[in-house]
Amino acid sequence: MKFTWFNLMPWPYLPDDFREQNRSVWVDIPSKLYDPKKGHFVYHQYMDQLEYAETLGFDGIGCNEHHQNGYGLMPSPNLIAAGLARRTSRAAICVIGNSIAGYNPPIRVAEEFAMLDVISGGRLVAGFPVGTPMDTNFCYGQIPALTRDKYKEAHDMIMKAWAEDEPFAFDGKYNQLRWVNCWPKPIQKPHPPVYIPGGGSIETWDFCLDYDYNYSYLSFYGYVRGKSLLEGYWDRVAKRGKDDSPYRAAFAQIICVADTDAEAEELYAEHCLYFFNRCLHVFPPFADPPGYRTVNTIKYGALSQLRLEAQKLMANLTWKQLVDERFIIAGSPETVRQQLEECIKGLRIGHLFCLLHTGNMPDWKTRHSTKLFAEKVMPHLRNLWPEWEDDDRWWIHPMEDRLHPEEMQPGAEKPGQVWPR
Amino acid sequence: MKAHTIETKKGARCRVLEAGSGMPLVFFHGAGGLLADNPFLDQLAARYHVFAPELPGYGESTGEELLEDMLDFTLHGWDVVSALGLTKPHLVGHSMGGMIAAEMAAIAPGDLGKLVLVAAAGLWIEEHPIPDIFALLPGQLIELLFQDPVKGQALLTGGADFSDMEVFKEFYLGQQRRLAMAGKILFPIPNRRVSKRLYRLTAKTLVLWGGADKLIVPAYAERWGRLIPGATVETIADAGHMLPYELPAAFVGAVSRFLG
Repeated sequence: MKFTWFNLMPWPYLPDDFREQNRSVWVDIPSKLYDPKKGHFVYHQYMDQLEYAETLGFDGIGCNEHHQNGYGLMPSPNLIAAGLARRTSRAAICVIGNSIAGYNPPIRVAEEFAMLDVISGGRLVAGFPVGTPMDTNFCYGQIPALTRDKYKEAHDMIMKAWAEDEPFAFDGKYNQLRWVNCWPKPIQKPHPPVYIPGGGSIETWDFCLDYDYNYSYLSFYGYVRGKSLLEGYWDRVAKRGKDDSPYRAAFAQIICVADTDAEAEELYAEHCLYFFNRCLHVFPPFADPPGYRTVNTIKYGALSQLRLEAQKLMANLTWKQLVDERFIIAGSPETVRQQLEECIKGLRIGHLFCLLHTGNMPDWKTRHSTKLFAEKVMPHLRNLWPEWEDDDRWWIHPMEDRLHPEEMQPGAEKPGQVWPR
Repeated sequence: MKAHTIETKKGARCRVLEAGSGMPLVFFHGAGGLLADNPFLDQLAARYHVFAPELPGYGESTGEELLEDMLDFTLHGWDVVSALGLTKPHLVGHSMGGMIAAEMAAIAPGDLGKLVLVAAAGLWIEEHPIPDIFALLPGQLIELLFQDPVKGQALLTGGADFSDMEVFKEFYLGQQRRLAMAGKILFPIPNRRVSKRLYRLTAKTLVLWGGADKLIVPAYAERWGRLIPGATVETIADAGHMLPYELPAAFVGAVSRFLG
């Protein structure tokens, strides 16, 4: 198993009556709720936590892209990743990822991801989400019905830019570039591991299988609800005649660890409820513009009516519900270990994105939970897939002799330093 | 009206409602499509040979993947006219249909009779931002579309019972499909710069508006009037954005007086 410590970076100062006073945490959230001076501390704290996770032995540290929202403060995850690349040297840097349909031209992503791979010594995991409709359509103005087509074209340009050794012309429907010539190129060959985060669009499965990319199911509704979707994915894997390596799939899970189940509630309940009640408070039409989801996906089950129901559910959630219905996995190390084993085996995943910071959880609690997880949970779950132990197709391949910039002092003398030969 | 299906040269299959005789008149529907109840078409058919094609993605019409941008929609409009074998028809476009009709008139100004733009989309005035129809709850949409929301609800749903989950699901899927198509020319801002091309128009043009239009407010009627050489602007008080459905008699009266 590979464990990645993931921070969504929510804004922790949403007021108690946020839900009543505002229709959405995303797209049209009042910008007066953001305070840049507090933001200074928030960013540093969140980045410190990611770096802390590396010291505890997490395999990866992760960030992602969202716009105009109080749910996740990373319009540019690449900036965060660049900071992490300079203060870590072992963990994979998982950018899950850049919403490539919104970039013009998408070669920018090929370049920035290559920079990150080079700076980090080959530790980049490159995520290419279609992006939520809130981000890609409402904030970044992409036409919903054409988003997937544009996404596919952006993907083609980026992958070709990484693969080609000669400049080439790209005559796309949405992007025309006479000279594509990616400088720098990534360290990892043929390219960094590619992860495709999906929220439940069935078209994404075939896309992942066409290229043998990792499929990352990102949901906050927990593994019980995630099961039917992952089953659909694994059915598709079998139908396509691919091997069933668990490393083909990743899942994101909110996890809270304390010394006892009771302590977990005491420590984390308010922060998890903050997340579900405020950070997920999205005006339903922003989540479902016509054309974003194909008719096939809609028919597969996720009617927006049901999303409205989910919204109502969010308003009255209790800790007991969150735990009993497995939206979150919370409790003593033993409770968490048992439930996570069920989650990992049930979904058949080789990668777990561990959401150990949730909502407005303060730093000390985040570290407490993270440390307990690293010391008392993670070691017991390491070897759940012994038959796939050597399968590194979906993981990083860093340079052996990479630098350790986190150990360098900015003012230290480096006499006689010359360019490596 | 009788319905039949035509195939355009490009390969789109479109359902067309047809009735009446006389001068050909092609009616282009708005983003919501033709509603079930459309008496204004029958009333127009008393004087004209009326054709009301449905865009790909609407009702039984297929081929939505063939149309991606404004030029595709515009040429599709003319492809439909050709497939119907019409010469110099009057073009009447409502809302998004008005946007398409205006583009058609700009690209081929000599190929139509007269032009009627009804509460047409296609322009953007910074002081009067048009509500984002892709980010509305159903109730909010009805409020914006109709002068009388109660009647509006019945018109929009065709009297369907939405407490029946299957009925709702079918309507919902249809609406997703229609607006996915509309989004190609209306999202995120319903302005594909027809204003740059309107100088080319030579057809006599009527700009017709509901005085109580809350979606595309009457300031837009005035702007269309200014941009189209020699256009007549007429406002019908007490009508909302769905003017042809809300006040069919007044609508048909105004159109007939203009077309002659």
